[in-house]
Amino acid sequence: MRRDRPTGHPQAEHRMVGKLSGLLATTALAAALTLAAASLAAPGIARADDAPADAKPPADAKPYVVQNGRVDHHVFNGYRRYGDNCLRCHGPDGAGSSYAPALVDSLKHMTKEQFEDTVINGRQDVNTANQNVMPAFGLNPDVVENLDEIYGYLKARSDGVLGRGRPKKIGDDDDN
Amino acid sequence: MKPSKRLFAWAVLMSSAAGILGAGAAFANDQLEKMSQDPKQWVIPGGDYNSQRHTKLTQITTENAHKLHPVWTFSTGVLRGHEGGPLVVGDMMYVHTPFPNKVFALDLNNEGRIVWAYEPKQDPNVIPVMCCDTVNRGVAYGEGMIFLHQADTTLVALDAKTGKVAWSVKDDDPAKGATGTSAPLVVKDKVLVGVSGGEFGVQGHMTAYNIKDGSVAWRAYSEGPDDQLLFDPDKTMAMGKPVGKDSSLKTWEGDQWKIGGGATWGWISYDPKLNLVYYGSGNPSTWNPSQRPGDNKWSMTVFARDADTGMAKWVYQMTPHDEWDYDGINEMILADTKVHGKETKALVHFDRNGFAYVLDRTNGALLEANKFDPAVNWATKVDLSTGRPEVVAQYSTDHNGADHNTKGVCPAALGSKDEQPASFSPQTGLFYVPTNHVCMDYEPYKVTYTAGQPYVGATLSMFPPKGESHLGNFIAYDVNEGKIVWSDHETFSVWSGALTTATGVAFYGTLDGDLKAVDAKTGKLLYKFKTPSGIIGNVNAFEHNGKEYIAVLSGVGGWAGIGMAAGLTGDTDGLGAVGAYKSLSSYTQLGGVLTVFSVE
Ligand code: HEC
Repeated sequence: MRRDRPTGHPQAEHRMVGKLSGLLATTALAAALTLAAASLAAPGIARADDAPADAKPPADAKPYVVQNGRVDHHVFNGYRRYGDNCLRCHGPDGAGSSYAPALVDSLKHMTKEQFEDTVINGRQDVNTANQNVMPAFGLNPDVVENLDEIYGYLKARSDGVLGRGRPKKIGDDDDN
Repeated sequence: MKPSKRLFAWAVLMSSAAGILGAGAAFANDQLEKMSQDPKQWVIPGGDYNSQRHTKLTQITTENAHKLHPVWTFSTGVLRGHEGGPLVVGDMMYVHTPFPNKVFALDLNNEGRIVWAYEPKQDPNVIPVMCCDTVNRGVAYGEGMIFLHQADTTLVALDAKTGKVAWSVKDDDPAKGATGTSAPLVVKDKVLVGVSGGEFGVQGHMTAYNIKDGSVAWRAYSEGPDDQLLFDPDKTMAMGKPVGKDSSLKTWEGDQWKIGGGATWGWISYDPKLNLVYYGSGNPSTWNPSQRPGDNKWSMTVFARDADTGMAKWVYQMTPHDEWDYDGINEMILADTKVHGKETKALVHFDRNGFAYVLDRTNGALLEANKFDPAVNWATKVDLSTGRPEVVAQYSTDHNGADHNTKGVCPAALGSKDEQPASFSPQTGLFYVPTNHVCMDYEPYKVTYTAGQPYVGATLSMFPPKGESHLGNFIAYDVNEGKIVWSDHETFSVWSGALTTATGVAFYGTLDGDLKAVDAKTGKLLYKFKTPSGIIGNVNAFEHNGKEYIAVLSGVGGWAGIGMAAGLTGDTDGLGAVGAYKSLSSYTQLGGVLTVFSVE
């Protein structure tokens, strides 16, 4: 069973830089510390703010639009971006795999901020028993710019309003 | 056999031409080749240079296979997917693990006591750059050394007796998405190693390192200018003709080839008489075909290269301009066997794309390409005169275009068969193939390249073929007739390397964890045992103190574990059968264990 782990870890940025530093340094932390300042100004992160305003629903609303199991284009885009960037570890439809946790379960207890923090900065649980690494996506524009939509898709799955498989779009006759 | 005088003289000549190598190196190959013919040992990942995965040991038979039972087990202490299988060299067994890539040397004379253990220090940031779990497909042996290809692409030579590091080199850069998962192959005085990273836009390559000191002997890329490919435009052949100048560059738009994939993460075979090494290249990057117009040569290609120089003798591209992620890296089985009634020096390759290719391995002539799963629908056939598949427009993700969901393509991206190697039995003349029976919807879309970030550009969902509920088959295939002889259904994909014995038994493992022995003639189940976890490892055989043993690693994971842990969904109606929807995680959990079987 997975235990709950703190997110928003202060070392998170350092880890991301460890990755940036090219994985060449055997002591990633030392490299990370010296480069930490640079990472905070990394362009990929700034782009989150450039995301279209309509991608962000009002604070009290659901982070997705799903009607009778059909989704709007934001959720659909979230589905696709999930497929592109997350599926290879978290399994189809956020349902989990032999490699990484089921995000449909994770989002039942994680806040949106914790989710974002985990995706942007990554997380590691590497020791003699585990080799779990959630990569940092902070420099990946395909993820950062679509993070709200990925979240919306997964939250809809997690809330049980959206089933497995490729979602159908609202207003589409055919299912393409 | 002793090396002939001529061979010896030639080897010395080559060696002195290379400047540094002594005569000892020439013997290394000879010694390994000889060792590989001793059925008591398992010294090459594929069993022998032909990658036949066949044992001449005769104690375990169709009559007594029901008496098989586990005699000892060994936990690797690592949870992730365990691909590959153990080597047995003399009285020692070498067991490897996925990341952190431990190697254990076990003393077979002393109840598997650990003689030495090696665990490299690797930056864990390499873990998420690995495409599909942190698998490793095994170590290689040669000249008293064990060669380990680490996740971070380091190739390290360990003293087989002590585990002491003799040398280590870095093959490529994980920061750019290059990783190591494949088993090396020792050929003469060199050790060959490929690279993974087709989902990160690497420029795939095969590299030969000198065993003596780890220096590079040659490196051949899968795409790029001729000098990087090690192609001779006039002498390197494809479909019976010289490839000509810039055969790769001409088939890419702009500089896309520099991030063009063609990773070389599969198995390598070697024909000592022809002095050729054989291997395949993987998918062109990205998975979105509209971002890379052209044939994308030489991704998805069978390469035959001179073992000494790396120069390509012939090439054959199976899936030009891939649109489905049908990597061409599966094992190349070298077999002298009948094809259409004629004795042939064949290379037989069961490709991800669902076709069983039979080539003349001396010259690359395409003799046969037939479907080895009737579900395959993306192409009607392969034109034997051009070598090109006849692609069905309905299933062409390129034809249907980006942002369009192409539905019902068979096989799925994980192929009718993935890396799990098949076996050839000279006794029955048949090939025994672990297969996937899975189809997909595939929707490509535009993706941006960022070094070290995934470069995929497609989303897909997988499900069993229409009206069916099983996701895998273990089949016997006849290349002489070009057809399936028998097929055993499996609940899940068969993701384990097969083994055949001279006594007519075929072995494989299942994703839900059974080691199975079946009658090679009929496919009838003779024995099964549920190991601690799902099997994605390869079944190997060896003899010790007069007893024959079967060894296999269990430890579910890999792409199969990722795709199937939660079960598959079907988006089409009429897929009512429950079996396929059952999730693998309700059958088995993680954990690497080696289980060794015998009949007494
Ligand atoms: C290379 C594999 C990999 C990829 C790709 C990946 N993850 Fe993860 N992820 C993991 C692993 C492993 C963990 C568990 C880490 C741990 O145990 O601390 C994890 C954890 C998480 C968590 C925390 C879950 C929890 O229950 O605490 C979230 C949220 C998450 N991932 C989201 C994503 C999203 C969104 C994407 C795609 C943009 C993604 N991941 C891509 C491997 C991956």
